[in-house]
This record gives sequence, C-alpha cells and structure tokens, in this order.
Amino acid sequence: MDFESYDVLVVGGGLAGIRAAIAAVDANPRLKIAMVSKVYPMRSHTVSAEGGAAAALRPEDSYENHAFDTIKGADYLADQDVVEAFVREAPIEVIQMEHWGCPWSRDPDGKISARPFGGMTTWRTCFAADKTGFHMLHTVFQTSLKYSQIHRHDEAFATKLLVEDSRCVGVVAIDMRSGRVQAITAKSVILATGGLGRVYAFTTNGNICTGDGMALAYRAGVGLKDMEMVQFHPTGLPFTGILITEAVRGEGGYLLNKDGERFLKRYIPNKMELGPRDIISRAMVTEFEAGRGFEGPHGKYMHLDVRHLGEDKIDAKLPFMRELGREFVGIDIVKDPIPVRPVMHYMMGGVDADISGATPIAGLYAAGECANVGLNGGNRLGSNSLSECLVFGAAAGRAAAERASSVGPVGANPVTALLADETRRIRSSFLDKKGGEERIGTIREEMQHDMDAGAGVFRTREGLEKLTRQLGALRDRFEKIKIEDSSRTFNTELTAALELDFMLEVSETIAYSALAREESRGAHARRDFPERDDAKWLKHTLAFRTDRAEPRLEYADVRITNFKPQARTY
Amino acid sequence: MAEKRITIRTTRFDPDKDKVPRLQSYDIPFSDDSMVVLDALNHIKAHVDGSLSYRWSCRMGICGSCGMMVNGVPKLTCSAFMRDYWPRSITVEPLQNFPIVRDLVIDMEDFMHKLKSIKPWIIRKQEYPLGAGEHRQTMDQIDEFRQFSECINCMLCYAACPVYGLNNEFLGPAATALARRYNLDSRDQGLKDRLPVLANSEGVWECSFVGECSVVCPKGVDPAKAIQQTKLDTTTRFVLPYGNREE
Repeated sequence: MDFESYDVLVVGGGLAGIRAAIAAVDANPRLKIAMVSKVYPMRSHTVSAEGGAAAALRPEDSYENHAFDTIKGADYLADQDVVEAFVREAPIEVIQMEHWGCPWSRDPDGKISARPFGGMTTWRTCFAADKTGFHMLHTVFQTSLKYSQIHRHDEAFATKLLVEDSRCVGVVAIDMRSGRVQAITAKSVILATGGLGRVYAFTTNGNICTGDGMALAYRAGVGLKDMEMVQFHPTGLPFTGILITEAVRGEGGYLLNKDGERFLKRYIPNKMELGPRDIISRAMVTEFEAGRGFEGPHGKYMHLDVRHLGEDKIDAKLPFMRELGREFVGIDIVKDPIPVRPVMHYMMGGVDADISGATPIAGLYAAGECANVGLNGGNRLGSNSLSECLVFGAAAGRAAAERASSVGPVGANPVTALLADETRRIRSSFLDKKGGEERIGTIREEMQHDMDAGAGVFRTREGLEKLTRQLGALRDRFEKIKIEDSSRTFNTELTAALELDFMLEVSETIAYSALAREESRGAHARRDFPERDDAKWLKHTLAFRTDRAEPRLEYADVRITNFKPQARTY
Repeated sequence: MAEKRITIRTTRFDPDKDKVPRLQSYDIPFSDDSMVVLDALNHIKAHVDGSLSYRWSCRMGICGSCGMMVNGVPKLTCSAFMRDYWPRSITVEPLQNFPIVRDLVIDMEDFMHKLKSIKPWIIRKQEYPLGAGEHRQTMDQIDEFRQFSECINCMLCYAACPVYGLNNEFLGPAATALARRYNLDSRDQGLKDRLPVLANSEGVWECSFVGECSVVCPKGVDPAKAIQQTKLDTTTRFVLPYGNREE
C-alpha cells in the first residue's frame, strides 16, 4: 500500500498551524511539509478573532508587566517560565506579521498602534481595526503560498494519529472530495486544530470548532490538561452567540444593566469594563439572577453601550461591530446599545504540551487553542491567544523541523496495518452501520444543552454529576446512530458523526475535571467551593483516557518562577 | 396561532449516483424571526435529512464558507434572513459559474490557483530585517489598499461575473482585488512581478465592466474598481520606470 510521506505534518490550517508550517520551512528549507485541514485554511476560526494580539512593544511597557498581567489573569495556574518566554517572543512575532503584510492599525508616527484590553494594565493589544484575526489569518495564509515546500491537503479530515512504538508517525485522514481514507506519514506531527466551542450550545465558535486535535491526542494516550478551564466571554449576541469584541470596552464602551447602571462597580470597581473575562461574566450572571438584566426573546441580556464614543471613533476602531449590529441585530451601534450576554468562547485547557509544543509522545506536537502549553492557566487574557498562536506555532514548527531533520524515515509496515484498522473502523462504526435509529443532530443538541446547563459560568457538584450521567447516556446512544448518507463524495454526515464522537469525548474530560477540582479558580467557579485553595489545588489537572467513560485524573505542579501567588484582586 | 412554516428547495447532487442536479423541497418551521437561510439548512440536516451537504462555519459573515445562490442571487446564507423571503419559498443552489462537487458544495480549486498566481504576499527587493522593527505606515497609506484587503474569498463575485461564467480562464474579481491590495501597499515592491498575470490575455482586459462583482460583495470591496485601476497599471507601468517604492 502506498501513502504520502512528509517530514513535518501539520493538522489544522489556522494561525498556529500555518505559522508552524512556515517556521518549519524557515528552520530547514529542505523539509517537505504537509498541511492537512478539514477546511480551506482561510475558513479557519482564527478568522473570527476581532480585538487584537498582545505584545509589549511600546517603550513604556515591559516584559515583566505583560508576564504579571497574564499570570494574575490566569489566577496563578499558568506555568511562569512559559509565560516569560511568551512575552519576549510576542513582539518579534507581531513585527514578523507586519513584515508579511498584516494591516496593523497605526499611530500617527506610523508605528503599530495598541489599545487597552481586559486584564492588561497598559495598552499592548495590537490590532487591525476590529478584524484582527481575519487580517492575520489571510496575511499568514497568503504568505504561505510562496513556500513550495508546503503541500496542502485542503478539506481532509484527520480521524486518527498513527502511533507506533510510542512514536507519532502521521495521521489517517479522509479526503472529503473523494472519500478516500488515506495515511499521510511524517517524522513529526503538529496538532493545530483549534478549539472545541461546539460542545456548548451558546458559543462564539464556528461550526468547525469540535475539539478534533484534543480528541486525537487523547485517544493516542496524551493527557488533556486543565479541561475544566472554559472561558465565557462577557459579550456575545443573544441567539447567534456572535462575538462582540472586548475592544468595544477597550475603546471605552460601558456595560449597563436594565436600570442603566454600570453594575461592574459592585464587582470590580478599579477595572470596571476592563476587568478580565471570567470576573465580568460572573458579574453579569449574578446581576441576571438578581433580576437586573433585560429580558429578551432569547434570554436575559445586558446593554453594551458605545454611543458616547461617537461615529468617527466607532468607524475608525470598530467598523466590523457596526456591520455586525446592522447585519445581525438590525441596530446601529452609533445610536443603539448592543444586547449582549456571556457566551462560551475559548478553551484554556488542551493537549498537554511543553514550551516547544512537544507532547509526551515522541514526534507529536501541539500549538494554539488545541494545546495547553501552560500559558493561560485558569483564565486567558483577551488578545493573548492570537499572540499564542504565533509564538507557540512557530516554536512547535521549529521543534518539529529539528526532529524531522535528525530522525530516520517512517517504515511502511506498521502504517499499512494501522491504516487498514482505521479504514475498517470508519466503515463498521459509521458508513456501513445498520439498524441505528439515533439522529446525530439530536444527540449533538442534547450534549450542547447539557454542557451549557452543567458546565457553564457557575458550577456545582450536583450539576456536574448530572452532566457526567447525561454525557454517559449520550455516549451509549451514540453507539446507535444512523447515517443516511452513503455517498463517498463530500459526506458531511460522516464528518459530523466523527466530530460528534470527538466532542462527546472531550466533553467528558471537561465534566470530570471540573467535578474533581473542588475550589474556584479563574474561569472554574464552584458555588459549593467558592474560594481558591492554593494548598490543595495549585496544580494542573491531567485527564487520561481509560476503557470507561470516566478519565483517569492525575495532577502536575504549576511552575512558579518570579511571581508568588497572591490574592487576585483588581 | 399556527406555527409559521416555510418551503426550502435545495439542489441535490451526488456524483456517485446522479447524472444531473435536481431540486428537493423541505417544509420546515420558521420559528424565529432571527433565522437565516443557513439556519434552515442546519435544521434540515439535523432533523430532516442528514445527507444534505454544504459548507459553513463562522455564521457571522467573515469565514466566507457559506456562499450560495438564494433565489438566484449570490449570498452568504448566514446573513440572508428568512423574514426577507417569507411567505415565499426559498430556493438554495450552489454558486453558479462553478462546477458542483456535491449538493451545495462548489469546486473552488480554480480560485485557489488564481490566488497563488497573483503572488499575494509582500515582495521586496531586499528583506527588511526583523530586528529593524516595523515598516512605518500611516493610516492614510493603509486606506489606499484597505478595502481590497477585506476580501473574504467567498466567491460571490465570481458567481455574479458574466465574463467568468463564459470563460473561467478569466482571472476574475477577487484575485484582481487581492493583487491590487498588495500593489497598493506601501511596503510592497512587487507590482512588476504581478503584472504579467494581470496583463495577459485572460487578465484584467477580459473584464467588460458589468460591475456585478461589486454589487454582490458582502464586505464592501469594489473589485470592479480594482480591475479598472489595474488596467491603467498595465498600460502606464510599462512605459514609466518601475520601482515607485524603492526605498
């Protein structure tokens, strides 16, 4: 059996994946790189990032300040050596993006501008109006087109990592166009598949954010780290969940309850609208519970008000928000407040990886949202994730290239057998399955609603235990799914089933990790354990797959260097 | 009050068994005024017919995946509100002028090749070292190319372009707009590297200036303007010295 062989294989074509691919070529131009993405790269969810990318570029800023803000924002669950390396690399990466053509917004002197952002003590969020992710993704994708060493496999869905003798040697992927199940081998594999927001019903994440890379690594035996740490962004549009950027508050917007009151004064008076996301989301939910939210057809909401900023500033700094308001809510944000409520946005947790993206499996790396390199801890600060994709995408690309430059080629024998096994699994569990009666769409919607209810902004033991039972029952029902689509060509019912399989699995790691952490830290807020407990819980959760639904949980120390944990007050 | 319902007709085509595309009707609830055509497709796929295939992701008009013909007009289905059609039925077809892969999924490999052909990256005679920091660029200089950088590659402009419909060798609106985006960027010196593709027989001169591309663009890009401006480039730049931005 023949298959395509590469030196480095990147799974995912978003900002982290493309940055990794370019870094690998730059590290060794003789390498042959494959990029396997289930969508055309410019469709990747990076495209929806709006507010900006953090980097301590301004002379009045410092690495130390950026590091401290990040570590405090993370509620001390970040690995401090990783944060310190990150803040030094971020400015270089932002300049690199500039050289590649990113249309960063500028100050009058022509230098890259910055805006205030939540939890950041100074202006360090570089931005391209309010479409920063869109511009960064298109810039890096278009730049990648000049590298003949990068071979794209667009619309190829990775179903399994090829692991032989605890060494990752490639993936099995379905070419969606032909339906062919193929093995693509490489000496190093980088997972850069993004987030898992679609396990929730109310999320800013696009349809493609289904935790694929996390599930692939989990199945290969890698631990998923801090999966209880799920970020709820304070400002999503009711009904759709469309993200209204934190830059709206960075530029001076107010959050108002139904009494017209800037209610954050009761929760985070020194920071107000520029507080971190976890604290503001909890404040909003608390206000809702006290009856001070607006009631709408799609649930409770608050007002996000930018009317006092004036049309000129809105058009210069927040043009996309005005467009979204017009298009999706039928309002003009120059004249009308924006209805918003907390919405699942980002996964701090992810594939256990070190500072260079290396996972415990030789040859397997992870970067971007799918990874947890220890940067974001319990709560990511807004605008650190685009920078994270650049810094750790590049680091993983370099590390993967170094390995690929030194190890021997992948042998054919184990791959042939592994491919045959996986092809059989896809046929028997999905395509050729007979007699199923459960709809994929129904199970997915139930999972999403159960996750919203059980693993939301506030959690309890009772709610999480119920969630684990619900997810277990859904997994049993998933065994009885029916797939109506028998076509080989672009079978999106098959990929939806594979995604749901991944999502059920990563949902379980969220529920069990959250149930075990009996404290409140960062985004993980337990009503039954409202305090942070450093003595017991200043440690990372690692969830490992077992034969049962319940993962095996282990714990690892958090690396502290220069910033001693203290009370997180703003 | 009886539940509001709406009829959605969509193209069905499976190359494994169909010779030609056909339309299939679905009668679905129109339960919320905020529903868009993409929500209707998602309802059908989740609850009525799991085999319907189409592309979508961000549902906020920025990823560019969900372009389709809605009652004959190229639209992003995530931004096409059902209330603008109801009580009429809605017909959803794949973007015209492209080969159909399956149901509502078009083959856009042609565009991917065209995109690469216009060299959509910063070209400089000498790389500016990273250690030297950023190029200085003013907001006015960004305004020169801004609108052309807003292209989301959704392909609506190709579906609207009668010239591309007749001759798919034509470079077309989005690719020309993106070439223009780099040609106008004060950091770029690659105009003459791009001109051969823009000026060749299938380049900008094929355009008959119908302007439909600019009408259907959901992002306010004006590819027709890019094409007209590039026509000027292809004439004047051959007589004027190159390197208007040699720093």
